[in-house]
Amino acid sequence: MPEGADSRQLKFRDPARARDLGRALTAAAEAMGRTVSLMHVCGSHEQAIARYGLRASFPRSLDVIMGPGCPVCITDTPEVDEGVALARQGVTIATYGDMVKVPGTVLSLGDAQAEGAKVEVVYSVTQAVELARATREPVVFFATGFETTAVATAAALLGGVPDNFSVLSAHKYIPPVMEIVAEMPGSKVEGFLAAGHAATITGWGVFEAFVERHKLPVVVAGFEPLDILAALVKLVELVRDRKPEVVNMFPRCVTREGNRNAQEQLFKVFRPAGGRWRGIAHVPNGNLRLRDEWAHVDARRRFDIDLRPLWKFAPPALVQDCICGDIMAGIANPKQCKLFGKECVPDTPVGACMVSSEGTCKIWHLYGGVPDLSSSDAPQGEVRP
Amino acid sequence: MCLGVPGRVVSVEGLVATVDFWGVRRAVRLELVDEPVQAGDYVLNHVGFAIRRIPEEDIQGTLDLYESLLRGDGDLMAADVRAELEANPEQSPDA
Amino acid sequence: MNLRLDLLGERVSMKHGAGGRAMRQLIGEVFTDGFPKAPAGAVGLDAMDDGAALPLGDGRFLVVTTDSHVVLPAFFPGGDIGRLAVSGTVNDLAMMGATEPLGLTCAVVVEEGYPRADLDRIHASMVAACVEAGTTVVTGDTKVMGKGQLDGVALNTTGVAIATRVVRDCGLRAGDRLIVTGTIGDHGCAVMAARHKLDLAGDLRSDVAPINGLIRAALAAGGDGLVTLKDPTRGGLSSALHEMAHKSGVGVLLDETAVPVNAAVRAASELLGIDPLVIANEGKALIGVRPAAAEAVLAALRAHPQGRDAAIVGTCTAERRGQVVLDTGFGRRLLVEIEGEPLPRIC
Repeated sequence: MPEGADSRQLKFRDPARARDLGRALTAAAEAMGRTVSLMHVCGSHEQAIARYGLRASFPRSLDVIMGPGCPVCITDTPEVDEGVALARQGVTIATYGDMVKVPGTVLSLGDAQAEGAKVEVVYSVTQAVELARATREPVVFFATGFETTAVATAAALLGGVPDNFSVLSAHKYIPPVMEIVAEMPGSKVEGFLAAGHAATITGWGVFEAFVERHKLPVVVAGFEPLDILAALVKLVELVRDRKPEVVNMFPRCVTREGNRNAQEQLFKVFRPAGGRWRGIAHVPNGNLRLRDEWAHVDARRRFDIDLRPLWKFAPPALVQDCICGDIMAGIANPKQCKLFGKECVPDTPVGACMVSSEGTCKIWHLYGGVPDLSSSDAPQGEVRP
Repeated sequence: MCLGVPGRVVSVEGLVATVDFWGVRRAVRLELVDEPVQAGDYVLNHVGFAIRRIPEEDIQGTLDLYESLLRGDGDLMAADVRAELEANPEQSPDA
Repeated sequence: MNLRLDLLGERVSMKHGAGGRAMRQLIGEVFTDGFPKAPAGAVGLDAMDDGAALPLGDGRFLVVTTDSHVVLPAFFPGGDIGRLAVSGTVNDLAMMGATEPLGLTCAVVVEEGYPRADLDRIHASMVAACVEAGTTVVTGDTKVMGKGQLDGVALNTTGVAIATRVVRDCGLRAGDRLIVTGTIGDHGCAVMAARHKLDLAGDLRSDVAPINGLIRAALAAGGDGLVTLKDPTRGGLSSALHEMAHKSGVGVLLDETAVPVNAAVRAASELLGIDPLVIANEGKALIGVRPAAAEAVLAALRAHPQGRDAAIVGTCTAERRGQVVLDTGFGRRLLVEIEGEPLPRIC
């Protein structure tokens, strides 16, 4: 393979370096002489940890908790219902693939599609705009994702859209939810791994006030195996040294001030508003809603979205029994939830932890507990004959 | 939460770049990136938009940072040694 | 729009056709029950294998398989629904060890208003695939449905062949090796890129092809040491491995670094956040062999133009029966089966 970016990218996936960092992580964690609980607030971190099997190399005394980091899973049921209701009213819904299977009160967008509604999966908001250009029918972009994704929606709107295009925003803003999690009573979390791609937009400076308030360290991390391991090493060091600081371990993408151009576009189009995150809590300023200047593209103001036909069929409010918030805070496990494995299963999830492919409840349900491959399936690396 | 993939810019036409992801190429929009982008640059793509031009020196910079963790330029080596001493106190030179 | 709102538990959904757990559950609960028993010595419906094998009384078996094909879009880079219909059935026969199909049937259901030119293209590619596979269509049926009652065209093909030895998708034991015959994810990736108009430029082509010739070469080289055959179609390599592990009562240790993946498929799957291990293939096989036969089978595969990229990717274990452990090169985790179609992701 010729020298170049490819191999450079691959260096962040060098298994030998990963083993070195894994050893450093074990040494740092074991030196603490007690269990250390850290939380990442990013679904992509969990995806990467799972995909590369990194969890197996974490020392036992290190508890890496999956926080409320998947913008799709925490999209609240009434938000999904709005998309489903619009689709059933005959409007074409364009959305990201992640959203299709997320359950609303009775139906997911995928279910609505199976009934005959028009639901188009797009990779980019640009495709949704093109879809609207190619028709006279109304097209609503069901917009999900954190600020990283919201900036793309903002750019598309600022770039000009046809009259039949509107946005149903379920975009979320991460920084406020970290406050919620940090203040959860009984939380054992001693440090946060912050999402590198969201921080690419917001800049790492956004976490300084958080650290000041909660005296908990934050390390900004990328998504390759070496990025995650190195960031965890750093975070354990900060916990050990009782240094509540923000450290940027993803300098190739994240700066202190972030992407100013993107931030400007984001807040030209969206304003933060309070709202429920599925299975977690009401998060002040946790939602991104379209500003009044954009009322003409706001699906909530353009359409009479009638949720009653859906809610007529609403099952009992199971959500109230869901303990996803506690599970995400690391103070409860799925078996302590009375819905787990009964009303709440992968096919008909109630809470966020059962929706996500890497959600704690989903994984427990599939494997009857945490798949611990570190002891029973050792040694690592070599395929046994 | 946000799937971001780096790629290398092949060409730029207005606000659209053709980006090579080492196997497939795709159009990537440039409205959001905060610096001018030209052919040969690396960008971070999220949902068809470049959200960052990745300076080549910062790629090496990140690698250097990780190496420094391993070398113990920070405080790590000390922790490592401390850990070993705590784990095996009887093996201290005096014993 | 006049849509009914039914509670879902009692309705079939798309995931029931996606090749994973849900589909096997539906088939198990609804379709395999109640039929009179198949003749003694037969591989019947309850085996839920790639096809059936009916004993002819002289030690040989008549192998039968049937497959319906709907794909959106009907034409995609590397193939079309016609090539898929012939290849799928020829390959299902081959996966039972029957690599010389006697003939195929073909039933076509077409939507009113479907372009005649498209039917001609589909027909031409069926002819070409038959020639490649060394077989032909011997009887057929055509139905037209009203506009909107069907989305375009659906094809069903049934194939028959004689086999002296039936190869199953079970029978593995600890220590056996698993071989894939080439790069994975090509078909599903090409179709997904076309279906969702992802505008990915690169070598994304479906691998759809009859591979009975390739399997014949593997069988000749492996003899009785070739134990199992399965084509990793819907649900990808992951589903095929899970099914083999489950039916044989073994665990599987999969070496991810050994699994061949095309550069374009690798890049596309990173962009879309989809694991190549769950993406469909239409011209590949997963072969289980006794350790002593592994090298001979691998060599025979690699000597064949369709098997150049063949690789040993896994080992059967006595631990974790029915499960697939993935060694990523960084660590190990349990591989999961996909529920439903893979879709492009943002997170």
